[in-house]
Amino acid sequence: MNLLEPAILTIITAATPLLLAAIGELVTERSGVLNLGVEGMMAMGAACAFAIAITTDSTALGIAGGVAAGTALAALFALMTLGFAANQVACGLALTILGLGLSGLIGADFVGARRDPMPKLEIPGLSDIPFIGPVLFGQDAFVYASVVLVAGVWWFLFHTRAGLTLRAVGDNHVSAHALGSKVLKVRLAAVLFGGACSGLAGAYLSLAYTPFWVKGMTAGRGWIALAIVVFSSWLPWRLMVGAYLFGSVSILQLYAQGAGIGLPSQLMSSLPYLATILVLVAIAGTRARARAPACLGVPFVPDR
Amino acid sequence: MRLELQRRPQQSRAMLLWSPVIAVALTVVTAAVMLAVIGVDPARGLYVFFVEPLTSAWGLQELAVKASPLILIAVGLSICFIANVWNIGAEGQYVAGAILGGWVALAFHDTGAVWVLPAMLAAGVVGGALYGLIPAVLKVRFGANEILTSLMLVYVAQLGLDWLVRGPWRDPMGFNFPQSVTFLPAATVPLIAGRLHVGVILMLVVVVVAAVMMARSLKGFEIRVVGMAPRAGRFGGFKEGPLTLFVFAVSGGLAGLAGIIEVAGPIGQLLPSVSPGYGFIAIIVAFLGRLNPVGILVAGFVLAISTLGGEQAQILLQVPLDFTSVLQGVLLFYVLACDTLIVNRIRLVASGPRTATGSSEAVR
Amino acid sequence: MRAFLKGAIAALGLAALVAAAPAEAQEKLKVGFVYVGPVGDFGWTYQHELGRRAMQEALGDKVESTYVENVPEGPDAERVIEGLVRSGHKLIFTTSFGFMEATVKVAQRNPEVKFEHATGYKRLPNLATYAGRFYQGRYISGQIAAKMSKTGVVGYIGSFPIPEVVSGINAFMLGTQSIRPDMKVKIVWVNSWFDPGKEGDAAKALLDQGADIIAQHTDSPAAMQVAAERGALAFGQDSDMIKFGPNTQLTSIINDWSGYYIDRVNAALNGTWESTDVWGGLDSGILKMAPYTNMPDDVKAMAEATQKSIHDGTYKVFTGPITKQDGTLAAQAGEVLPDPAILGMNWYIQGVDEKAPN
Repeated sequence: MNLLEPAILTIITAATPLLLAAIGELVTERSGVLNLGVEGMMAMGAACAFAIAITTDSTALGIAGGVAAGTALAALFALMTLGFAANQVACGLALTILGLGLSGLIGADFVGARRDPMPKLEIPGLSDIPFIGPVLFGQDAFVYASVVLVAGVWWFLFHTRAGLTLRAVGDNHVSAHALGSKVLKVRLAAVLFGGACSGLAGAYLSLAYTPFWVKGMTAGRGWIALAIVVFSSWLPWRLMVGAYLFGSVSILQLYAQGAGIGLPSQLMSSLPYLATILVLVAIAGTRARARAPACLGVPFVPDR
Repeated sequence: MRLELQRRPQQSRAMLLWSPVIAVALTVVTAAVMLAVIGVDPARGLYVFFVEPLTSAWGLQELAVKASPLILIAVGLSICFIANVWNIGAEGQYVAGAILGGWVALAFHDTGAVWVLPAMLAAGVVGGALYGLIPAVLKVRFGANEILTSLMLVYVAQLGLDWLVRGPWRDPMGFNFPQSVTFLPAATVPLIAGRLHVGVILMLVVVVVAAVMMARSLKGFEIRVVGMAPRAGRFGGFKEGPLTLFVFAVSGGLAGLAGIIEVAGPIGQLLPSVSPGYGFIAIIVAFLGRLNPVGILVAGFVLAISTLGGEQAQILLQVPLDFTSVLQGVLLFYVLACDTLIVNRIRLVASGPRTATGSSEAVR
Repeated sequence: MRAFLKGAIAALGLAALVAAAPAEAQEKLKVGFVYVGPVGDFGWTYQHELGRRAMQEALGDKVESTYVENVPEGPDAERVIEGLVRSGHKLIFTTSFGFMEATVKVAQRNPEVKFEHATGYKRLPNLATYAGRFYQGRYISGQIAAKMSKTGVVGYIGSFPIPEVVSGINAFMLGTQSIRPDMKVKIVWVNSWFDPGKEGDAAKALLDQGADIIAQHTDSPAAMQVAAERGALAFGQDSDMIKFGPNTQLTSIINDWSGYYIDRVNAALNGTWESTDVWGGLDSGILKMAPYTNMPDDVKAMAEATQKSIHDGTYKVFTGPITKQDGTLAAQAGEVLPDPAILGMNWYIQGVDEKAPN
């Protein structure tokens, strides 16, 4: 029985929402803003995407709605933390409460409704290659989007002038300001991008991963995404490793249970968390150790 | 024309007092509008949400019981945050305290000895502190980021408690349902009135001690200095490593204390889940209270009121719980936004020419 | 500020009104429900909410009912139940096992108020208990699975290893063994009631490991959708999930509380309410089976026959011989396990490929 290929397919679908939300948050944090409201933005993304997809019978509009909902909440967060220079940690948590509540109000009428899952986008010819085909070329649009986003963010951050500016703003907003960067505008863009990605991750949950809506269906994935950003040391490719590592351990423990491994299921369920800590500790001492953007969480109010 | 923030030369004393008042007024107006939108009489709705919990002795007792764990945890977290150490895992430390203290209870409560309860509380503190020291040690020794490790350890602690209560510590007479035996009186926090228990007094003591420590003691000074300017702290002879261990142990210990008080008090036994997210809500309480023990005391009660009010609103007005969550979010936003006026002022600025690069610098 | 003052003045006036209100409320019986999850969970809590709505619909102006959702088990539950009592509710349903101690405490303090606690075992003169014998449906599912499986392997997704879930697994196993003694059941625990994504992933893991039918003791239709996508078969849970798998669902174990709620509220209205212990199965209507679909007529006939014999009481699911994993007999041939043994079941029967939850 060949389990490797199906297991990898399951891991990819489980890791994708984490990756989508985390890559957005990575950009936000690179600009020096810590938005802990990922869970709330994801929940809103899931509820709005599903509500709009059902109402309009269009998956594309649903996705757009999810992205818009995540962005809207992020805009509120930006107003608070950039406009009013309010505490970012507290605002992020408040955003989570608000987002979960709003998602419940919006989703209430759609409990028990169903939609077909997103089609797999198969690339003719390539999808038929054994093993590599289904894994690399037989996924739904979200999976491709997540990889493209990671590559795009990596290229943007490290190979464009704008990316350099964004990193400069996150590392030392006083100098960046002195050099003429518009700190708050850069941060606004980064926060909105983060919200859009969280909304997209939410849309993935309610339209592709498990195509229906129930309250609380994000089930803590926003928090995991935040942890993965830290795990990645704010590097896009390592972020992908982190998301897939976490996805792998959480899926493989299900397979191990199915194989009748005989360990307490609570121990199995806690493996992804323990594994993440272990790997982080292991890489923390090595080169390129975790270094947070120096201004992460520090509000910027220009002195005059 | 646009609005801009401008840093005040020093904190505004007036705003220190006025900002919460403005925030509450804004919340009341927003809540009234929201209530009207969903077809509830705003006056009645506001009364149920914000006043009713305060109108009876029962309501006040329940408020104190609900706010107490939040405040205990938040006081500890505030010390961490002031030291610039990011303990996000108070929920796990709370559970660890409940586990170790609960173990003492299960092992010794049938002796009926007077030392059982103090030993439980001590074990709760130790359990929380030790669990808090894990991310601290990982940070100091290996440089592992404490946000990630402390958060991940929350889930591990919860699953550990789940395993214990479903397995070894299950009540043999409980039809194999996941719960421990109910603690005997020797292992129960004494009641004062209704459900008001001695733990609430302990909480008040902790608030006072923390306030004095942070304001008056050298340790409090050290925490502030290292948090604000680690380099200056180093010149002053303060070491970051030991301080990280210290603040994690303190906040873990207080979270553990909150955990064992809940378990030995209102809950009275170990269950698979012993916290409705106190460790996370306490983070909000800590910031809402401006990282000041007395402020946290007030903030804890504010959050407890909104929770109790939300329940009353469901019971009396059939207002859905999600509505309350939204209102809670709005309240928090208003408070946080208004707090900004303490250190900043808002000024109306005429939009100057913005074509030339660096023009904003010229204006500034 | 003016709005606030206006509100405050109105509120003061209202406080006086509220004090005078009970006179009017006398006519209507106030019934409260305490839910452990959100009403939007499309599972356990949602089914109770449907029951409440049906009751409100049926009894109309004689009753005023309300609910409090997402109540954490423990101290918060006690406060919420007490709050319902204090606001004049005379009949209160608490719908999760974890509310037991809280319900008992409040019931002891308020002997004039009637309480009903779901899935617990502590009763008082004013505290009744009720639950569903959903394991009966799982026995039927097991028989169907044994007939329909080609690989001889069924995947079973569990939430938490509590007695209710364990007895469900055993009943399912007994059903399969009555048809095909060599059937295998693989179990995966997700350790959550609310994580549809994980439930779907568990279904994938089981299907990949040779299962061709999915049974579940979790709330969401995620596993059903996965089975549908893979062309496998599945059993639904809590509600009829046929629209999530029109060509997949064999049947579904439906929790239908509406009849029970209508009866009990009526009893309270008529003054005939007593503290009872109702553990209702197919005969009570609390457990209903969704139509048997996606199976040949003979399997359907078998399922219906089994359903009828359980409904009549001519067949009891836990009838011996029942052998535990360790080889000891739990019930002699012909012996029927007593209810407390089923209620507290923490052992697996022989054939279950899983360590017992101790």
